[in-house]
Amino acid sequence: MPVNLLEDDLDMNVGTGEHEYHWTLNFGPQHPATHTTLRLVLELDGERIVKATPHIGYLHSGFEKLGEHLTFNQYVTVADRKNYISPPMNEVAWHHAVEKLLDIELTPRCKYIRVIIGELSRISDHLLCTGAAALDLGAFTAFLFAFNLREMIYDVYEQMSGYRFHPGYTRVGGVLYDFDDKVLQRIERVLQQTPKVLKDMEKLLFRNRIFLDRMRGVGVLTKEMAINLSCSGPIARASGVTYDLRKDEPYLAYPDFTFQVPYATEGDCYARFQVRMEEMVQSLEIIRQAVKNLPSGPANVPISEKFPLPDKGTAYNSMEGLIQHFELIMPNRGPDSPRDEVYAAVESPNGELGYYLVADGSQVAWRTRTRPPSFIHFAVFPHLIKDHLIADVVAVLGSLSIIAAELDR
Amino acid sequence: MSEATSMTSHPIVDQLTERFGGSLIRSSTFRDNLRVLVDRSALFEVLSFLKDNAGYTFLSELGGIDYLGYPDRQEGSRFEVHYVLLKQETSDRIIIKVGVDDPDPTLPSVMPLWGGANWMEREVFDMYGIRFDGHPDLRRILMPDEFTSYPLRKDYPLRGRGERHNFPKITRDQS
Repeated sequence: MPVNLLEDDLDMNVGTGEHEYHWTLNFGPQHPATHTTLRLVLELDGERIVKATPHIGYLHSGFEKLGEHLTFNQYVTVADRKNYISPPMNEVAWHHAVEKLLDIELTPRCKYIRVIIGELSRISDHLLCTGAAALDLGAFTAFLFAFNLREMIYDVYEQMSGYRFHPGYTRVGGVLYDFDDKVLQRIERVLQQTPKVLKDMEKLLFRNRIFLDRMRGVGVLTKEMAINLSCSGPIARASGVTYDLRKDEPYLAYPDFTFQVPYATEGDCYARFQVRMEEMVQSLEIIRQAVKNLPSGPANVPISEKFPLPDKGTAYNSMEGLIQHFELIMPNRGPDSPRDEVYAAVESPNGELGYYLVADGSQVAWRTRTRPPSFIHFAVFPHLIKDHLIADVVAVLGSLSIIAAELDR
Repeated sequence: MSEATSMTSHPIVDQLTERFGGSLIRSSTFRDNLRVLVDRSALFEVLSFLKDNAGYTFLSELGGIDYLGYPDRQEGSRFEVHYVLLKQETSDRIIIKVGVDDPDPTLPSVMPLWGGANWMEREVFDMYGIRFDGHPDLRRILMPDEFTSYPLRKDYPLRGRGERHNFPKITRDQS
């Protein structure tokens, strides 16, 4: 349709003072600084943001619907893909809920293994978040340092499960393979390298004038707002809410370890950044203790519990193992789950990652409602960005660590 | 919720029973989850009592469930919406559940109590078609505005009904 630009331009009530003249800017869904497919519609007064409206749903994959059609063991591959920056934590969260539903008590070794992979994924997630926040503000080197270390963590995943990006490592009542010496060697390498990388990142950023000026006092979230808006994890802790599920509602083997819960009170982007940096140090401490005290014994609960899949050796070489495998895998068989529902949550890198799980007696969940931290934190964004400038959008977005697959499930 | 209909004895349940009496349908405990099923008419009062007087200040989760075809479910509503509340001082959790049925699935919005309910209620509306009275901005959140069904309902097929193929196409001239 041909448009007469001149006439249209003249027609607008620009500068008459009758109503304010605001620009609308579409930020995303594919903007390099949004990392994933998010869209922000910004209403601008000059460069000042009057109103921000987030739009999601570009990646809606129907993960929750899939959960109503895949068995408890199969769904772990989908749970992986919800937050693909820290997949093992999603697996731990999923099977934590399933085991709570089925009332399975894990073996001590399995609890430690899950703590280790969970904390590794926390480091991996925070490295990406802090590194990318630095990258968005122009500090490329810090991002490279962070990504280099993430490769080492992927090496651990690869060694323990055979898969680099989506390990699919946990199973009902245990894990896919037990840890062997090679896995522990790779973890040892991560433990040795990480403190140096963190120190380098701190040196680059903590006294960097540009970085500080763009992070301090930007996107302030008060404590009252954090509680009212259901924030959890590092974002809430940077605003003075010290709640941490690992300490306050301990699960797995967390009571065995000594570690601190870092928090700040400023609630700005810089506080969130600092809390994440310190959490990585504490995670390293937990991994170090867990590797040192890793209990011996089986990683999976015994076959007599009926739910765990037998490992490959047992399934191929013993009649009982073969029968057990058959009984669990065939769709018309399998043990019963209680006809009841349960809510279980773990402290994922971004906050409370919970599952509201409804079972109908079969091996497939009736409903797998995920309580995703990213979804809740993205809803906070309009409150944080109000009255800031366009340049601050990337700083606030980076400090919230939003993953689109978790938003859209 | 399980068949256990007896009222669980728990300090907060006793407080709620004393105050709201007949509006509480049943409560139960399963694997340390304390659940209370309340009547729709008392939902907002129960939640605001828990928030303001009992210290459950944190709404940690809100979601919907469709029980259409759930085995051996004779009574109860088709949909249930759950609110998981957390008392951060003592790490206590309580799950408040409320049932709604199909011809007019409507619940009061808890936006006046928690700003965090904003997107979670929009998602329940988008996925189940449950409306929330008093929500300031009840729009679809995950599906496009033209979408006419509610995908997480149990009678909605896994592969969809073809809505996706009937979306209006916008040509370059119209944009």
